[in-house]
Amino acid sequence: MQAYIIRRLLALIPTLIFASLIVFITVRLIPGDIIDLMLSSNDIGADKKSRVQLEAALGLDKPMVSQYFRWLGAILFEGSLGKSLWQNTPVMEEILHRLPITFELGLMALFVALIVGIPIGVYSAVRQDTVGDYVTRSFAILALALPGFWVGTLVMVFPSIWWGWSPEVKYIAFTQDPLRNLAQMAIPALILGKAFSAVVMRLTRTMMLEVMRQDYIRTALAKGLATRTTIIRHALRNALIPVVTLVGLQAPVLVGGTVILEQIFVIPGMGLLLLEAVSQRDYPIITGVFLVVGVAVVLINLLVDLSYGLLDPKVRYR
Amino acid sequence: MAPLLSVKGLSTEFRTERGIVKAVDNVSFDLAAGETLAIVGESGSGKSVTAMSILRLIPDPPGKISAGEVMFDGQNLLTLSDEQIRAIRGNRIAMIFQEPMSSLNPSLTVGLQIAEPINLHRKTPWAAAMDKAVELLGRVRMSDAASRVKAYPHQFSGGMRQRAMIAMALACQPQLIIADEPTTALDVTVQAQILALLKEVTRAANSALILITHDLGVVARYADRVCVMYGGRIVEAGPAREIYARPRHPYTIGLMASVPRLDQEAGSRLVPIEGSPPNLANLPPGCAFAPRCRRATDLCRNHRPLLVQSTPDHLSACHFHAQLSANVGT
Repeated sequence: MQAYIIRRLLALIPTLIFASLIVFITVRLIPGDIIDLMLSSNDIGADKKSRVQLEAALGLDKPMVSQYFRWLGAILFEGSLGKSLWQNTPVMEEILHRLPITFELGLMALFVALIVGIPIGVYSAVRQDTVGDYVTRSFAILALALPGFWVGTLVMVFPSIWWGWSPEVKYIAFTQDPLRNLAQMAIPALILGKAFSAVVMRLTRTMMLEVMRQDYIRTALAKGLATRTTIIRHALRNALIPVVTLVGLQAPVLVGGTVILEQIFVIPGMGLLLLEAVSQRDYPIITGVFLVVGVAVVLINLLVDLSYGLLDPKVRYR
Repeated sequence: MAPLLSVKGLSTEFRTERGIVKAVDNVSFDLAAGETLAIVGESGSGKSVTAMSILRLIPDPPGKISAGEVMFDGQNLLTLSDEQIRAIRGNRIAMIFQEPMSSLNPSLTVGLQIAEPINLHRKTPWAAAMDKAVELLGRVRMSDAASRVKAYPHQFSGGMRQRAMIAMALACQPQLIIADEPTTALDVTVQAQILALLKEVTRAANSALILITHDLGVVARYADRVCVMYGGRIVEAGPAREIYARPRHPYTIGLMASVPRLDQEAGSRLVPIEGSPPNLANLPPGCAFAPRCRRATDLCRNHRPLLVQSTPDHLSACHFHAQLSANVGT
């Protein structure tokens, strides 16, 4: 198992090099580079001289290949992701500051997805083709169909018009006031988790229907077990294996969702950092965020693969 | 003495796209304590559905027990509440299924699955129930039982899994064990071992056994009495020895001619039964076996023969049961 984990972590290296290369190049290809932005925002005359000076100061005058290797070298030898081109603050520090916030949001969304999706999926399968099944399935389609950014905007706007209430927009850190922090994160987490919970529900339902037809379920009933015990002890565990796979596959989708929802609910996480960095063409931050997200996604999928070993005794890692 | 199990007029239907199918039609039989009854027939003859109906394990919908009663130790199983029938399942009546590969849960240890009915019905704590599971695995001659309880089904061979299933069935010392083709999915070499084991452990526990099979060879060796089913109905019933020696239904005769026997003349050919099993959704008005029967007459094709006493302990549903007994083997 240890050898397996080490091998998986080693496989991370080429993935990350490839991903960082793509991100590194593409952000520099976006029309309107950082120099244009700086020159226009600072009211400095956009003459040829100041442009060259700025490029030299930011290290953007070198060929892209050498920029890339300098960036890579800094990571490998100094453990540094460079500095923000605007604030001149270390990127690593900024990311480490915001990572826990996004992690919390993503984790809460995942929690929502599983706590809503699995029980409803089981219910829907056990009551196949009844009114309850149709109602829950319709809600699942609805939850999938409504885009998160739209629901988020509605939640921000309408309660304030109707009741003079709106979600908190000043971020409260968990360390500061855990309860208010959780309350603040709950709404974006619900919205982020809603589509995911619909997918989990549909998959759980399908898998439960499949598993409930298996011979070992008949064996369990023939032993005299109640339907409830049969479902929980004999069916659920086997039905959940693909759901775990889904969690790994959906992790990047969740990250994408946080970018939008952090913007709407003004949560200072990685998503908001990324959005600001993209609009300001703050190249080191963009590449840094993508690198960290890449590592996170690969690690989540490694965890998913390892958890198969707990659910499915046939899986053994060598 | 009243029989342990008395099935009377049992009928089970399935709703399908092509209408209602009577998988089991008016089936009756008795079983005494400690006795072994074989239910014989081809696939689709209704033998498995009969077995599942006794414990009400027919999935509803699409299935439904439409008539009859199943008296077990003085109570009708078909009218019990869900809770009452659950108290009987795995406790006083246990089942062994055909597919040992898929009948055990792949994600739970074998020991837990054997201990489960003990924990459920005897309220034995898990640790003690697991000790019992080790003992039960020893009783079905599993070597190294103490470590085997911690294994998962995929680590077992087919024969070992079926031993585990037998151990599971024995867990609560049931008065009746229903074994639904327990050896069909196993290697020939293992089949005999499993059957001998099943017979031995049921005898030791004084449990009655319903052995569902399509193998007449099995019947001769292990059963006290036999019911032969065809098209959802019982066509012949009686003591195993009697039926084996003097079959009184053309279908049973056909079955016997299609099975190799050691006392046959060398070089003699096996005779298959021509045609295929009947479509239960569309049974002929007369005898269900008539389309495949070489002796069939217009009487057979138009009038369904009833199950009648051919001799005091031998029932047959053939219009010509009396003539048949005289010329077996022709």
